[in-house]
Amino acid sequence: MIIDLQKFIKEQRPAWTRLEKYLDMLERNPERRFSMDEVRDFHTLYQRASADLARIATFSSERSVRTYLEALVARAYAEIYETRQKGRRFTPIKWFFHTFPRTFRKHIAAFWAALIVTAVGSAFGGFAILLDPNAKEVIVPFSHLMQSPNERVAEEEAAEEDHMQGHKAMFSSHLMVNNISVSFRVLALGLTWGIGTIILLFYNGIILGAVAADYVAAGETQFLLGWLLPHGSVEIPSVLLAGQAGLVIAQALIGRNDPHGLKQRLKNIGPDIIHLAGGLAIILVWAGIIESYLSQYHEPVLPYWLKISFGSVQMVLLFFFLFKSGKSAKKTNEESQPSLAGVQST
Amino acid sequence: MSDLQTQSLTIRTPEGIVFPLLLASPVTRFLALFIDTMAVQVVLSILYLLTPLLLPLGVDFTFAMFTIASFVINIAYAMVLEWAWRGQTIGKRVLGMRVMDENGFHLTPYQIIMRNLLRFADMLPLYYMLGGIFCLVSPKSQRLGDIAANTVVIRMPKFKEPDLDQIMEDKFNSLAEYPHIAARLRQRASQETAGVALAALMRRDELDPQARLELFHAIAEHLKEIVSFPQEAVEGLSDEQYVRNSVDILYRS
Repeated sequence: MIIDLQKFIKEQRPAWTRLEKYLDMLERNPERRFSMDEVRDFHTLYQRASADLARIATFSSERSVRTYLEALVARAYAEIYETRQKGRRFTPIKWFFHTFPRTFRKHIAAFWAALIVTAVGSAFGGFAILLDPNAKEVIVPFSHLMQSPNERVAEEEAAEEDHMQGHKAMFSSHLMVNNISVSFRVLALGLTWGIGTIILLFYNGIILGAVAADYVAAGETQFLLGWLLPHGSVEIPSVLLAGQAGLVIAQALIGRNDPHGLKQRLKNIGPDIIHLAGGLAIILVWAGIIESYLSQYHEPVLPYWLKISFGSVQMVLLFFFLFKSGKSAKKTNEESQPSLAGVQST
Repeated sequence: MSDLQTQSLTIRTPEGIVFPLLLASPVTRFLALFIDTMAVQVVLSILYLLTPLLLPLGVDFTFAMFTIASFVINIAYAMVLEWAWRGQTIGKRVLGMRVMDENGFHLTPYQIIMRNLLRFADMLPLYYMLGGIFCLVSPKSQRLGDIAANTVVIRMPKFKEPDLDQIMEDKFNSLAEYPHIAARLRQRASQETAGVALAALMRRDELDPQARLELFHAIAEHLKEIVSFPQEAVEGLSDEQYVRNSVDILYRS
């Protein structure tokens, strides 16, 4: 109990003011590094302010001083218990070739689940089109796919002018932005306990299956493969990666067979989600370039066998990368497992 | 006041100190979002004005770059600023708000990216409707991204150092001339009475002149009911001076 409030405040006020100055300084320039003497002084001032707050808390009549001290201690507390990791350099190459594929493998079950949902959707879409060709208008939301496959192939192959001339880069950038946005949405909807993710994956599958069935039924399988494989071989897996991340979030929310609390579960998967999101975004940038600069050109400009071979090789390489890359570094990097290192230290 | 009490998150430090973090309401968060949206639009407009500089490289290339830059700025704006300014964007800075870890710590890079990445879900179906609903119903006013990243948005009102001069001044206290009555006042006055009198003195400049007169009159009357000082001690004292002298006695040992 403070006996003499006046004396108490008079004595402590200079220390509070000094602490406030340190905090203002840090707020203005967060990257400022204190000298050892300053750190000691700052810590002492924080402890004094904390102790003063505890003492003044017994003085129920003194609300303004208490509020002031609470705000001061709250600000200093965040600085004292700073959780940022310092001195860890981010190496993009290592991250892409080691961390990203390893994160993919760590949650492989979620990837298979995303693949199954998409495959079921594709089968549904394919059967729907085969059973009722008129369903195309309802299922496929793209107007340029409304014409019959045979008409489109004839049109594309007869084109004498480069219809992409002068807006290839623009088209490519739109594809990148749109695909990354859609993928991030698929990922983020994992927060709906995975329901939103599953719905989007299933719907994507329906469209894919419907378009594929439409072209196959029309005898345009070669065109379909030549058109879709160059970019689809990386674009579709990227959407599956987004679905994988979304299902990982859902798994953390549900927490089945995980002894940790919800907060800890979400903390644990946070970095993995970011690695998957970063990786799939990079792949989608590549997919955007390929779709604009390669996929849109058909025979006689580009032979189908070349496009199909390119897409097939690309798909094999992508899965080789995802399943094999970073494996040799597994043992040496086990301790610095990216998914947990940053979180557990908090 | 009730708002401050209900919309707060209590933090207990390892030293055993307890303090509240005032949570930002959904309305203030929406205002900050509005300011941030405007800030992004300003940046994009400037970028658009600069696009002619790239035109020699081709119209197609220039607009492709603008599309990509717009997307990156939209996504990275909050991430970069929240990292550089410790949980603040322009909107949050203007409105005195900050994103913090739920335990009162600063944010880690993972938390910053996570809460902003999951914005894509909060934005659904349009204009942050989903995030807004979660903000309203969540006990800590968190949108989905906040829940996943274990973050909260708090208000950081700048509390001024209390100006205690009004009771610190070494003015002559005529009531202190009667120590036995002063001791009785200290003995009889409740803590609530002392607190009200002190708070009134602290906030006297915030009051309207008429309200100030009425308030100090009421408090002085109440104090006079507790103990009665001789006439010569209170002669010429205004109600406010009487309250100040009484507070001086109550808070000085």
